[in-house]
Amino acid sequence: MENINAKYVSQKISKTRWCPVSYSSLQQPEVFATGSWDNEDNKVSIWSIGNHNNSGLEDGFEGDPQILCEHKHGGDVLDLQFLDQERMVSASSTGAVTIFRYHPNTHTISVLQHWARAHSYPCDNAPCTALVCSSPEIVTVGEDGRIVVFRADQEGAVRVIGEMRTRMLPPHKESSLKLSVVFVRECRQQHNSRGDLPKDHGGFDGDRAPLHCVDRHPNQQHIVATGGQDGMLCVWDVRQGGTPISLMEAHSAEMWEVRFHPTNPDHLFTCSEDGSLLHWETASHSEMPSFLQGGRNSSVISHGALTPAGGNRPLSSAWLCGDSGKGCLETTHMLPSQTMSVNSLDIIGQCLVCGTDGEAIFVNRHVPV
Amino acid sequence: MILSTELRGKHMGFAWGQGNIFVYETLFKATGSGSPFIHEVRKDEDIYSPILRKLFNESHHIFVGLQTIREDLPSKNKKPQFVSISKNYRSVIRACMEELQQVAVSTKNAEMSVQYGNQVSILLAIELIWNLCEVLFIDAAPAGSLLLHLLDWVRLHKADVDEKARDVLQSDSPAEHRDYWDVVVSYVLQGRLDEARQMLGKKATLTPAANNIFKMMDNLLSKMPFYNPGGTQTLTEFDVKWRHWHEEVDRCLQDNSFASNQHLEVLCKILLGDEDTLLEHKDLLGTWYHFLVSRLLFCHPTVKPTELHYYAQSCMTMFLDSRSAPEPLDSILLAAFEFDIHQVIKDCSIALNNWWFVAHLTDLLDHCKLLQSHNLHFGSNLREFLLLEYASGLFTHHSLWQLAVDYFDHCLEFGRVYLELQIERVPLDTERKALKVLRICEQRQMSEQVRSICKIMAMRALRNNRLGSALSWSIRAKDAAFATLISERFLQDYCAKGTFSDLDLIDNLGPAMLLSDRLTFLGKYREFHKLYGEKRFKEAAKLLLSLMTAKIAPRSFWMTLLTDALPLLEQKEVIFSADQTYELMFCLEELTSSLNTPSSDSDKSMQEEDVELTKVELLRLALSRNLAMAIVKEGTVET
Repeated sequence: MENINAKYVSQKISKTRWCPVSYSSLQQPEVFATGSWDNEDNKVSIWSIGNHNNSGLEDGFEGDPQILCEHKHGGDVLDLQFLDQERMVSASSTGAVTIFRYHPNTHTISVLQHWARAHSYPCDNAPCTALVCSSPEIVTVGEDGRIVVFRADQEGAVRVIGEMRTRMLPPHKESSLKLSVVFVRECRQQHNSRGDLPKDHGGFDGDRAPLHCVDRHPNQQHIVATGGQDGMLCVWDVRQGGTPISLMEAHSAEMWEVRFHPTNPDHLFTCSEDGSLLHWETASHSEMPSFLQGGRNSSVISHGALTPAGGNRPLSSAWLCGDSGKGCLETTHMLPSQTMSVNSLDIIGQCLVCGTDGEAIFVNRHVPV
Repeated sequence: MILSTELRGKHMGFAWGQGNIFVYETLFKATGSGSPFIHEVRKDEDIYSPILRKLFNESHHIFVGLQTIREDLPSKNKKPQFVSISKNYRSVIRACMEELQQVAVSTKNAEMSVQYGNQVSILLAIELIWNLCEVLFIDAAPAGSLLLHLLDWVRLHKADVDEKARDVLQSDSPAEHRDYWDVVVSYVLQGRLDEARQMLGKKATLTPAANNIFKMMDNLLSKMPFYNPGGTQTLTEFDVKWRHWHEEVDRCLQDNSFASNQHLEVLCKILLGDEDTLLEHKDLLGTWYHFLVSRLLFCHPTVKPTELHYYAQSCMTMFLDSRSAPEPLDSILLAAFEFDIHQVIKDCSIALNNWWFVAHLTDLLDHCKLLQSHNLHFGSNLREFLLLEYASGLFTHHSLWQLAVDYFDHCLEFGRVYLELQIERVPLDTERKALKVLRICEQRQMSEQVRSICKIMAMRALRNNRLGSALSWSIRAKDAAFATLISERFLQDYCAKGTFSDLDLIDNLGPAMLLSDRLTFLGKYREFHKLYGEKRFKEAAKLLLSLMTAKIAPRSFWMTLLTDALPLLEQKEVIFSADQTYELMFCLEELTSSLNTPSSDSDKSMQEEDVELTKVELLRLALSRNLAMAIVKEGTVET
């Protein structure tokens, strides 16, 4: 916890995202974007933690985020994703979807595309709650229950998959539509001409609490982690569907985001309304005894619901290890206590950034992964 | 504020809002045209300043940390903690001040620059007062260390000495600089004798002829004793030593040793604490409290806290005799020197437009157990009153309301009531915000508010025809009546369109189904459809029958249920047993007899009546056929 500093930014942060770096260069990310919410004027801003030209900074302030540029945003920023290294898309509470372009040379942001009523009710605005990018396509989901597909360079929506009568999920589960969106993306490669949704993408059953966040294992596409209103972290195997492989009491309040580490998927990060950011680690490969790992560790109570179907557990899918009583899972708190709700987090390499309702951004550049 | 020129001479009406007033033009007579504008007058502009927002957020963090300090430690051990918390608050203020200063300098807008400048000076004053309160009340230094702390306090708030010194030192010939002697005197006045000696050294090298008097002065300055709190020397020993030194300086003056150099003579008089000399340097001192501290340093370094106010009063009078009335800041500081905490707080509340400072300071002092319970006439104590005022002000802000929740939590008497009233008025633009507000209410068991918020969201969902969303909100609120209403809508939808919307929600209701009868029926009915879809006909049939016989189904829906039973009756295989068929027939009869009453639906069209009649006939036919087959089947003996 020593390497984390709070930067107060006078706006409640709803989303933070690292600007993607090319993996080949093995660089640590230096630029991140934030979106604000609950302000009279909301903004999308770009920050940098790179080495500035001021030398002689004390170590404590090294990496203090400096704002590079910002742009007005109508409505709360409900989701923010980077399309590529220069373009990012935001989903707004007014139902609008906007593509911004960041010009690193002049440090400005300009609006490339703006779909003002991507999601709407007949007489009202419907917030657009989540979006997924796979350049050049953007798939968005809104409280009106529709999935809309945009292309970054086209004016209108490419396809609207709306009012799915047979698979309509309750609006609390809007962001879990992200999951289906992920599948849609895959299936589109197969059904290019038809706009059908695959009918069976693992009917998930038994979830009494609405889900707020979903993330897929970067290498093993069948492993999915979800978090919901009750703060439980569930790991699912999509091939088996039905019930989660493991349920863990992660937080005492809604979990807002869950993320697998993109290059080291034994690590998982979750953040929640209760103000904590947890770093989960399956200790399947590490020999390091737990007392040498820094931070506050807490053992995790896991209710293993299912053991994997096959008798042999594949070595690498440590997440599917249903019974963590053997201590194969470690959790660490990453933030000082008593922060307000942590709304969002992002991790690349060893750099973690998160934003809170206390109008603070925390950046940790030395996450032990 | 408002464009007063436009509104002059017109009648104004106003209405109170939350933390603001809406002012509009109105007409007492019905003639003439009015203006369509409404003006909003905001009470407190500060919370909308982006830089000051950081102050509110950071101090909130410190506040929450302070409240959770364990109560079981004795106060003695907690003092360093409180001092460090006080320092935290002050460093937050300073950080804000610096940022404001930067912006004030860099902004091009003259009006904004003035405004920022004002804010900077207010923050400066606040930090000054807070620092003094920390020294006097929280740290409560005893005699001896008290003066040292006061010296630190003065040095911190008189930064121009360093600037001047820098200018002098960077010039070509520092000793010839016109501000040279000012710098030396200022150093001495602040008790920074080492730096004074260094400066003097520069002059000494320039004028070798006067070397010995410079040496003498240097000697005097080096020998001035300063009390060391951590050392072994007691206060009395220090006092004795100091008197010796004082006498030596006096002798030097009486001997006219410094007569040749006027500046050095002045320095000598200052070292003796001569009031007139000190007052001659009013411009260097700047403020009466600097005068006070300097005077104490050179007259009475072992001053006790209880004696402070005598000196303070006299110093203020001596220093300010040119002006008539002291400024608010002066009276606040004087009250602090008199250890009259309540007066300090009262004066600060009046002087400042925002409750931030008094609320946090009072809270900290209360934790140090320095405030006697000073009951105000409506029963709550001072700390709580100030915190409530501050938090209510925060609640009017569109974004900072979340901070206010924690403040209300720590106001034991009225906090909860205030929170209950305020939290309902937070505008709920998105579901996400509503979820956060709900979480706050649920954590504090405010079921009334939970219900009202859920109802607002449910109504909104209903208006947009999002029945599933509305249903989940009413389930969350455990609002049976509303759940019934929505279930009715669902059923009506089904009758109209033939399919259900939001199937996944209804399928996964679980124990929430029992919230209301209608909801239970909806869930069970959907289960029937599922069983039918899975071709588990016998179970489906049983369920269908139980829905009618157990009177879970509303009478209006029975026709639909019976029509649903038709395909089951028409199957080749006998699904309904004889008993079950009898029951179905009974239900049908009950239904038709109530339908045949003349009061019902006399204005139904002929076509609809035909349809109804056909349906009933079909049902009767199917039922009788089924009965026949069932009797036969049950009567058959398997061989």
